[in-house]
Amino acid sequence: MKKSVFLGALTVAGLAAGAASAATLDDVKAKGFLQCGVTTGLTGFAAPDANGEWEGFDVGVCRAVAAAIFGDPTAVKFTPTTGKTRFTALASGEIDMLARNTTWTFTRDVDLKFEFTGINYYDGQGFMVPKELGVTSAKELDGATVCIQTGTTTELNLADYFRANNMSYEPVPIETNSEAQQQYLANACDVYTTDRSGLAATRATFENPADHVILPETISKEPLGPLVRHGDHEWGDVVRWVLNALIIAEEKGVTSANVDELAKGTDNPEINRLLGTEGSYGEILGLDAAWAVNAIKAGGNYGELFEKHIGENTPIGLARGLNAQWTDGGLLYAPPFR
Amino acid sequence: MSDTSFVRRDMLEPQTPPPSQVGVIGWIRENLFSGWFNSILTLASIYVIYWVLASVLPWVLQSSWTATSLNECREQIAVAYGEGTSGACWAVIRERYLQLIYGFYPSELYWRPNLAFILMIFALAPVLYPNVPRKMLWFSGLYPFIAGWLLWGGTIWTPIAIVAGFAVGYGLFRVLIDRFGSLAAVIAAVLGTVLWWLLLAGPVAATLASAIPIGLTPVESRQFGGFMLSIIIGVTGIGASLPLGIVLALGRQSDLMILKSLSVGFIEFIRGVPLITLLFVASTLLNIFMPPGTNFDIILRVVIMVTLFASAYIAEVVRGGLAALPRGQYEAADALGLDYWKSMRLIILPQALKISIPGIVSTFIGLFKDTTLVSIIGLLDPIGFSNAIRANAEWQGIVWELYAFIALLFFIFCFFMSQYSMSLERRLQTGHK
Repeated sequence: MKKSVFLGALTVAGLAAGAASAATLDDVKAKGFLQCGVTTGLTGFAAPDANGEWEGFDVGVCRAVAAAIFGDPTAVKFTPTTGKTRFTALASGEIDMLARNTTWTFTRDVDLKFEFTGINYYDGQGFMVPKELGVTSAKELDGATVCIQTGTTTELNLADYFRANNMSYEPVPIETNSEAQQQYLANACDVYTTDRSGLAATRATFENPADHVILPETISKEPLGPLVRHGDHEWGDVVRWVLNALIIAEEKGVTSANVDELAKGTDNPEINRLLGTEGSYGEILGLDAAWAVNAIKAGGNYGELFEKHIGENTPIGLARGLNAQWTDGGLLYAPPFR
Repeated sequence: MSDTSFVRRDMLEPQTPPPSQVGVIGWIRENLFSGWFNSILTLASIYVIYWVLASVLPWVLQSSWTATSLNECREQIAVAYGEGTSGACWAVIRERYLQLIYGFYPSELYWRPNLAFILMIFALAPVLYPNVPRKMLWFSGLYPFIAGWLLWGGTIWTPIAIVAGFAVGYGLFRVLIDRFGSLAAVIAAVLGTVLWWLLLAGPVAATLASAIPIGLTPVESRQFGGFMLSIIIGVTGIGASLPLGIVLALGRQSDLMILKSLSVGFIEFIRGVPLITLLFVASTLLNIFMPPGTNFDIILRVVIMVTLFASAYIAEVVRGGLAALPRGQYEAADALGLDYWKSMRLIILPQALKISIPGIVSTFIGLFKDTTLVSIIGLLDPIGFSNAIRANAEWQGIVWELYAFIALLFFIFCFFMSQYSMSLERRLQTGHK
């Protein structure tokens, strides 16, 4: 009896979940703000500043979506999530979207029932070694001690890579990035391995960054992107096309500085469609005509966000690399806006 | 020769003791160098202390307080103390101490947690110290509602409606006790209170709020963080787990079979599960079970779990105190003709709790420090915030300064608790040893 009541309650809860998630865009509009899951802190991607304002590359995506819906990049509330709580927070409806440097994988997409709405950063696992070791390639790392974060995909990638190249290594398990820095600087390990963006950010904080090199090999694919729940395609489309709009804006030269000028109308029909002077694309998406203008004004186009938070002029100093536009030899290739 | 005497007639002036026996030198000889083994130990200890201070103090003192980033810190220290000096970068504390204490709480509303904290001292005083007027206990009873209202804000009528529930229960009890006896009156009072809370408290508060809008700006739980969050979770957990733990300990000793097995089951289950598991249940599992849109506050969920966890441990500590009492005390209480509750209240528990004080306080200290585990479920307590601060490009790579500051905050509180428990033991010492 008790069990059936419990199962019944679960079913009702499940049905209610289905009903609620069927119209996330309406829910978001009704409550007046977007609820966005971010990390509890990752350099360049999301961190609170001294005034408690969140900023970073992932945060920029959240703000752009909020601006597209409400015309106000501050109409967003951030929920810090850890690697362990992020997926339940999204599945349970606590947050509307997750922008938390999450790798797009088969199981997360299919088995956990999420919908990745694009890729905002192409990352990959790399190695950092002290320059004095004289190592120039990861293939020379046979027998090295490696600092590695436990319980992550990087651990598995590392094992795969060394086995595939018939090399041996001695792992030094560590929990957090800051612990890794300490261990690495204390020479507890020869090599530190994690995502290349993380390596660059870590190296930037060393007293003598030039004494350490990041090896050229990238041993895994880590496409990071925002994600939403399965089953609400209208909401997924909003998040996907806000991200695409930022990428297209960079490709077409629309920046936060000139967007107001260009929104008055240009000779380029794709820009006109994007900025709402031709057609009614905002309406099709369930938003107003100036959605893309607002999203671009929030923090700039993709390139501006990149430069501001993780680009070469920041302490992290990442080159565009794979994250350049396809016209510049990168992988960013947004579908045409028509 | 006649006046020559071989017997002294007057006393010699007492000589001052040799300098090696009194004063600083005497003390040092007595306490530090009273034998070759002790002398070696003393010299070794002095060397260890010197070595620790010599390695820590320069780092602490050759520091930077004004920089705005870690690199700037390093430059300032290099300029001031020479190239290659490593010093602390206290500037990060100067820039972020408010965040480490209050989290994202709006800065113009800091007076509210401050006031709640000061009132907490007043509310605790009558509980902790016997020479404070007993009437203050009324304030202690009301304090949780006042503090909740101050911290979370919103209309004043919600806490008032909740307090009114107790009045409803008490009223029912008074009315019914003469007509139906005490058991029926207690059941009716509890039912009445719960029904009031579930059905009437919300609408009544809403009606009153729209009629007479008195309230504070609401602050969401998401904006809570830093040391304030640790104190909220710790103090609530400590306050609620002691009564619950005592009830559980009594339940475990009870002769009533169902009550006993329920208590034993609860205690053993909670003690068999790590706190972090319970926190994950609170943060993720409950989310999935509850229908979406139900907003069951995350801090409330965590507080409930922490309280349940601590109460199971308190129950076992109190049970130890109960078991340590000689059988004669129970029999004496029975012989006086006291009923169960009176004998517990007047004879057994005062003695049992006195024996358990060190255990209870160390459970509380442990509970207070365990609040840092909430950083794993994404709440930004001081430890969680130290990670978030480190994620800023300016402060990445900074470790010891943040941990030192957090350790200092925790030390102050835990040291006070420990000192209080020792003074309480001295006060209650009645010479049974």
